[in-house]
Amino acid sequence: SHQMKVKVLSRNPDDYVRETKLDIQRVPRNYDPTLHPFEVSREYTRALNATKLERVFAKPFLASLDGHRDGVNCMAKHTKSLSTLLSGSCDGQVKVWNLTKRECVRTLQAHEGFVRGMVVRSCGTSFFTVGDDKTIKHWKMEAPGYGEEEEPLNTILGKTVFTGLDHHQKDAVFATCGQQVDIWDERRSSPIRSFTWGVDSFSAVRFNPVETELLASCASDRSIVLYDMRESAPLKKVIMTMRSNTLCWNPMEAYYFTCSNEDYNLYTYDMRYLDQPVTVHMDHVSAVLDVDYSPTGKEFVSASFDKTIRIFPKDGGHSREVYHTKRMQHVICIKWSADNKYILSGSDEMNIRLWKANAAEKLGVLAPRERQATNYSQKLKEKFQHHPQIRRIAHHRHLPKSLYHQTKELRVMKEARRKKERNVRKHSRPGSVPLLSEKEKHVVTVVK
Amino acid sequence: MASLGGEALTVTHVEKKKKQPPARYWEDPPQQAGNGDNNRGTDGEQAGRQTEQQTPKAKKRKENEDRGDGNKFLSGKADRFPGPAPIPEDRLQKFKRKEKMKKPRRQHYKLKDMIARSEENSEMSQIQAARLDLLLPEDAGFLEGDEGEDTCTISQEDIAESVDITSKTKYFDLKLSQFGPYRVDYSQTGRQVLLGGRRGHIACIDWQSKQLTCEINVMESVNDVKWLHSEAMYAVAQKKWLHIYDSNGIELHCIRKFNDVLRMQFLPYHFLLATASATSFLQYLDVSVGKEVAAICTKTGRLDVMCQNPQNAVIHLGHANGTVTLWTPNQKEALVKMLCHHGAVRSVAVDKTGTYMVTSGMDKKLKVFDIRTFKPLKSYFLPAGASCLSLSQRGLLSAATGDIVQVYRDVWSTPVTKPYMAHRVQKTVWGTHFCPFEDVLGVGHGDGFTSMLIPGAGEPNIDGLDANPFRSAKQRQEWEVKALLEKVQPELISLNPTELGMVDRAASEIKHQDRVKALGFDPLAKVKFVPKYKKKGRSSSGNIEKRKRQVGHEDQRDDIRKTAEDRVKIEKERRQKEKKEAVLSSQKSALDRFRK
Repeated sequence: SHQMKVKVLSRNPDDYVRETKLDIQRVPRNYDPTLHPFEVSREYTRALNATKLERVFAKPFLASLDGHRDGVNCMAKHTKSLSTLLSGSCDGQVKVWNLTKRECVRTLQAHEGFVRGMVVRSCGTSFFTVGDDKTIKHWKMEAPGYGEEEEPLNTILGKTVFTGLDHHQKDAVFATCGQQVDIWDERRSSPIRSFTWGVDSFSAVRFNPVETELLASCASDRSIVLYDMRESAPLKKVIMTMRSNTLCWNPMEAYYFTCSNEDYNLYTYDMRYLDQPVTVHMDHVSAVLDVDYSPTGKEFVSASFDKTIRIFPKDGGHSREVYHTKRMQHVICIKWSADNKYILSGSDEMNIRLWKANAAEKLGVLAPRERQATNYSQKLKEKFQHHPQIRRIAHHRHLPKSLYHQTKELRVMKEARRKKERNVRKHSRPGSVPLLSEKEKHVVTVVK
Repeated sequence: MASLGGEALTVTHVEKKKKQPPARYWEDPPQQAGNGDNNRGTDGEQAGRQTEQQTPKAKKRKENEDRGDGNKFLSGKADRFPGPAPIPEDRLQKFKRKEKMKKPRRQHYKLKDMIARSEENSEMSQIQAARLDLLLPEDAGFLEGDEGEDTCTISQEDIAESVDITSKTKYFDLKLSQFGPYRVDYSQTGRQVLLGGRRGHIACIDWQSKQLTCEINVMESVNDVKWLHSEAMYAVAQKKWLHIYDSNGIELHCIRKFNDVLRMQFLPYHFLLATASATSFLQYLDVSVGKEVAAICTKTGRLDVMCQNPQNAVIHLGHANGTVTLWTPNQKEALVKMLCHHGAVRSVAVDKTGTYMVTSGMDKKLKVFDIRTFKPLKSYFLPAGASCLSLSQRGLLSAATGDIVQVYRDVWSTPVTKPYMAHRVQKTVWGTHFCPFEDVLGVGHGDGFTSMLIPGAGEPNIDGLDANPFRSAKQRQEWEVKALLEKVQPELISLNPTELGMVDRAASEIKHQDRVKALGFDPLAKVKFVPKYKKKGRSSSGNIEKRKRQVGHEDQRDDIRKTAEDRVKIEKERRQKEKKEAVLSSQKSALDRFRK
């Protein structure tokens, strides 16, 4: 009787239910915000859960490679093969490791006394070692065939002990350091150039990965010296309050380098402005012995005498991660693998350890959904990282008792020093005791 | 002729016939209409042709000027729909989360970059969501009467006759005269309905297939029934205590901490069951762990009017003195007290968006409030008064006056004079509930249960990851686990649910007070000076006193220095001001000539 228009919701279940059991379930979506209340609180809860799970799954230690009969003194990444690692120990032995099989594939007695430095040539077919026996040796990467003797391709006898070694990115040129920094041509038995700047001994030398003719070295007179290989004299140096042990260039922004210092800190410098570091990285409680950048240039890893490894963001003052085990002693050398996934550490107690660069990362192939879930939770963690509860969980790390107390002690000492300085300033003529930032404190002078 | 394109007309006689592009629907419609008019009158034809001859070239030139060469194809044709497809502004507004951030005042390069990137992302997601909204498959229901006919005169039978068979079965009556009147509750997905008869009859029904899931009689009076998070469990407020039953009718729990419960609300994202009791207690039960979260004595007498705000999980209670109070489990006092009626409050309802609250009272008024500002918007007088208010997902309001159920539309935006729909049931209405995702209103009354068809009540498009009426057992299990994992903690309930995503700009003082409260001591408090013990007789009591005094003087000196500095500053300002005034007074103004 009525001439009305009416429509009532009537859904066809076929549009909402899968047709056969072999299909995946249909999930219609409606993103209307009013249908999804408590958006923020639910995301927060998810972020909290993700953070907790990250701590649950944080198992960074993967393997320990044992075989050396003395402390591991230096390591070298293979330039072409991800699964190959070279290590040199304090008894002069060099071992070549296969990381996928986690076994030693080759052992050679390279030097008498310490192996001080080693580097793989850019082509990956051979490598150089320097040792306490004042020699530079050039070895083939391939193991000698059956019946052949293990012999270096070339041996150079130097005048003094060499303490470090690095190879040019492309050319057949390498640099050593000892009492002076020498640049060698591979085909000659005497250095093509020698740099000295006062009487000092150097502990490390590194080629710049981008401006390939530039080098930097750490000297025992607390300075870091920059050189241009094409010039006859060093460029400039910065003198700090304490000695730097090693340094590493940032591979992506190669005007930055980070040095590991004896004063428990690491310093990132811009090589153009050496008068103060860009960032001071603090957290170690003992001298920092080695540093290596991740291939992305976003983070670096440091090895310390305090028996820990720490991972720092390149522009962060504090570490995001600390690795330690009961058995790991003073960590002497550290490397970040070229695929950005692993960290290798060589320590005093003759072991090389393999760690994950991202402690909670799942190794192996991820299913697409798994990867999506990981990315999503990563984003959530990032979004809510400053909430106090989430930050507390994300930042919590268990530390060995001694380390924990040392950290506390250092904090007290620092506070006391600051207090004293404050008092001194209070009782001095205004302006006579200037306020110095942490960055300014550690640089003595820059010499050009 | 009018349907032909403008260009096609121009060349008919005058020029040599060129191949013309076919007429397209996107050709400017006003021009077409004009041409049509021109052609009808014979004298106007010439003039029309003249203008048309010029237009194509001019048009083309204009197009070139407008678009430049960027949007041109190789063939020389211009893109008719340059740029991305437009999105209606209202859709964009629907998905807008926040206002644009203010740019940081100082040169924070990193921060600026971060803000820009995050804003870009949120804008993109907003656009994508708005685009997807256009593609949603279902449209909402509607009811339009004949010309001059009120929709409220259309009976349920007529509607049921004119809709499809499936929908027709959604209008039905259950004659349960023995144990009524009935309270009604639909589950989150709208698949199951729970009926609770005053005299102890409980029934769960899969109302679409009309299958009875379970039926029991608790042999006690029943005040309210409520589904918990899924169709597997429900709570029944019985004469004395709160009971939990499962879908087979087996009593799982008898919770003796919750006594004399009159009304219940379930907060699905918090897994909280809020109960209001005759002893004026508002209690919260965490149903995931079975713990009482909060028990608040409201000190306002019998609590039999209750509803929840689905957007922020705040509980609204109506009282006999005409006030409505807002509660969270975190606070022992009401968040807000609103005087809404001159008599007792009979019923309260809050809409899905958490914007509007509708109340009805013994003063026979129906009022609408904006609960963001707590201001009254509309007030209606209903001669019979209204009870059992309930709001649907799309904002339809049902109100019961005696045995008549009335449904109103747009109560907050336009002044309403007539109900949208009305239906008379057999006896007094005791409970109404709109079924989620369906155009159905469940009415519990003295004679049983009536399921009414209310076109346009339910949300047409479901979200499969939330409440999905079509979910399989496996999907339900998965949903349950996920929902439990992201259970929102009761501490997070507050008036503004997005507060958690904002920057806490509380003054450092307040933060410090909180810290003191949390720690139990003031970490920044000045430590009382204790002189160091010195040897060789230098720690005599006189010496100690002297050292203490020195330190005391030190502090005093700071204060003195500060006050002295302040004084100098004030003096300086005063002098500057005087100087300025002197300069001003020495200048002659044009008005000075009028001075005496």
